[in-house]
Amino acid sequence: MIYREAGDFKTSYRADGQTFPIRLDRWGYYAVLAVAFGIIPFVINDYWANAVLVPFLIYAIAALGLNILTGYAGQVSLGTGGFMAVGAYAVYKLMTSFPDVSILIHILLAGGITAGVGVLFGLPSLRIKGFYLAVATLAAQFFLVWLFNKVPWFYNYSASGQITAPTREVLGFAVTGPATSAPAKYLVCLVLAFLLAWVARNLTRGSIGRKWMAIRDMDIAAEIIGVDPLRAKLSAFAVSSFFIGIAGALLFAVYLGAAEVGEAFGINKSFLVLFMIIIGGLGSIFGSFAGAAFMVLLPVLLKNVLVGNLGWPTDLAAHIELMIVGALIVTFLIVEPHGLARLWRLTKEKLRLWPFPH
Amino acid sequence: MMMQDNLTAGTRQIGPVVMELRNITLRFGGVVAIKDISFDIRQGEIRAIIGPNGAGKSSMLNVISGFYRPQEGEVIFRGVPRGPMKPFQVARLGIARTFQNIALFEGMTVLDNIMTGRLNRMKAGFLSQALWWGRAEREETENRAAVERIIDFLEIQNIRKTPVGRLPYGLKKRVELARALAAEPQLLLLDEPMAGMNVEEKEDMSRFILDVNDEFGTTICLIEHDMGVVMDLSDRVVVMDYGRKIGDGTPAEVRGNQAVIDAYLGVAHD
Repeated sequence: MIYREAGDFKTSYRADGQTFPIRLDRWGYYAVLAVAFGIIPFVINDYWANAVLVPFLIYAIAALGLNILTGYAGQVSLGTGGFMAVGAYAVYKLMTSFPDVSILIHILLAGGITAGVGVLFGLPSLRIKGFYLAVATLAAQFFLVWLFNKVPWFYNYSASGQITAPTREVLGFAVTGPATSAPAKYLVCLVLAFLLAWVARNLTRGSIGRKWMAIRDMDIAAEIIGVDPLRAKLSAFAVSSFFIGIAGALLFAVYLGAAEVGEAFGINKSFLVLFMIIIGGLGSIFGSFAGAAFMVLLPVLLKNVLVGNLGWPTDLAAHIELMIVGALIVTFLIVEPHGLARLWRLTKEKLRLWPFPH
Repeated sequence: MMMQDNLTAGTRQIGPVVMELRNITLRFGGVVAIKDISFDIRQGEIRAIIGPNGAGKSSMLNVISGFYRPQEGEVIFRGVPRGPMKPFQVARLGIARTFQNIALFEGMTVLDNIMTGRLNRMKAGFLSQALWWGRAEREETENRAAVERIIDFLEIQNIRKTPVGRLPYGLKKRVELARALAAEPQLLLLDEPMAGMNVEEKEDMSRFILDVNDEFGTTICLIEHDMGVVMDLSDRVVVMDYGRKIGDGTPAEVRGNQAVIDAYLGVAHD
């Protein structure tokens, strides 16, 4: 009954264009931020950080990135894992080459380097579309993994071929390396996820976002109203790769601590993030978070229920998880291609009219 | 703002030549779509291109809007011959168009669709947009105000937040006109704006076209099949048949032209 837009009048275009036009949504958003920044850091433990919250935030960043490219600009990509690897190896090389520079700067630079690589692999998108572009980005995925395996310079000639994150500090707290505390990991990821989500929202509601969506919906019409397809597509690849690069850097430096490229950034990563945006909702910021939460939480939940409560063998639970995810993706593609975000919006629309449906 | 000046103009004047097409020939392989056609469009007029199916009308419009490059001939816009250009560059010159089969962005709302018409006027840098600070926010509000004037003008206020995919055909046509108008074009090309409409929708659309021309002083070049509409709306008419120009003049002149009558009614072969 309180969830209403009636009586919540907008008197300026600025107020009408805000992110959460309904008052209750706005309060909900502030409440979530208050809990995320004000309460969770003080109560978080290692299990919650490592199993749930840190991977959720990192994958949310990656999903935001892929959603900008695929959901907003309509360019399908299967190279997410490869671009995450670029971010991870970039941050590793920067951390080991310039140990005195802040890790936060390194993470942003790693995003920038990934953006450059993304633009390079985005060039074919000017000529090919859809399925064929997906195959071209798949080539990027395999090429990048091969490259980081093959050239020892990238992993500083270590005997194992792995990269390991050295300890780096922000404001005196270790955020990478073995001594990192759970709140530190969580806060670094939270701050970046919050800022990047805010940037993604700003970009997608302004003129650059409209260019992306115009290219997605009908590229010929976009061109006729004055959108340069070259700049629109490449800017989408750049911004998307920037996000994905940062996610890769965080995944390696903050979350995993050590990584081997084929294992951590293989084709499975590409599909995982793609599933997140399909289930969460294409072309939606909220959907990126919802999809990431779903794909991170589902295995944890299934493991707790099947292995913990029912006492099933672990491998059986793992297989069941694959089957459930597969079935869900098929269901979502058929029943609700706009994903969880759409379901959430429909619920809200219903709620807005409840209990009088007309 | 320019829009406001135009709104107060109100009086109709036909000015100098805006667009001149000189000896245009367009071939697709061996097929000659347009053969040696010349005509011009004057400032502030409504110019119609008519002709039977397959006469090359849409090809002509595509030449003007930069989709097709003619093998021979010159396109002269505001006295300057136009070199080979991509469609988005033509759009930036101030030429907007609509399509025969609607080309709207189905996944976006009506408002967002019309806002895309003003993309070329939004110059905020990347950083300003990313932070939603300064120029990006200012531009958004300014352009929203201009778009709202067009929404009022075309009477589509109640659907501004509706995704275009959900709209009926007649309204989509109107939204497409709104998007083209939002660019405040110097020359507006309409490819069969009334195709597939019923009588009432045609009347509405005709009124909007006349109002646009009258109030904003927009130069309009349109293709239409409905003879009655063309004769009522336009100042001058080009008639095409099999890629050639067979008539050019005021509606009354064209109506009396024997070649035009033959093309439309057929000629007895004896």
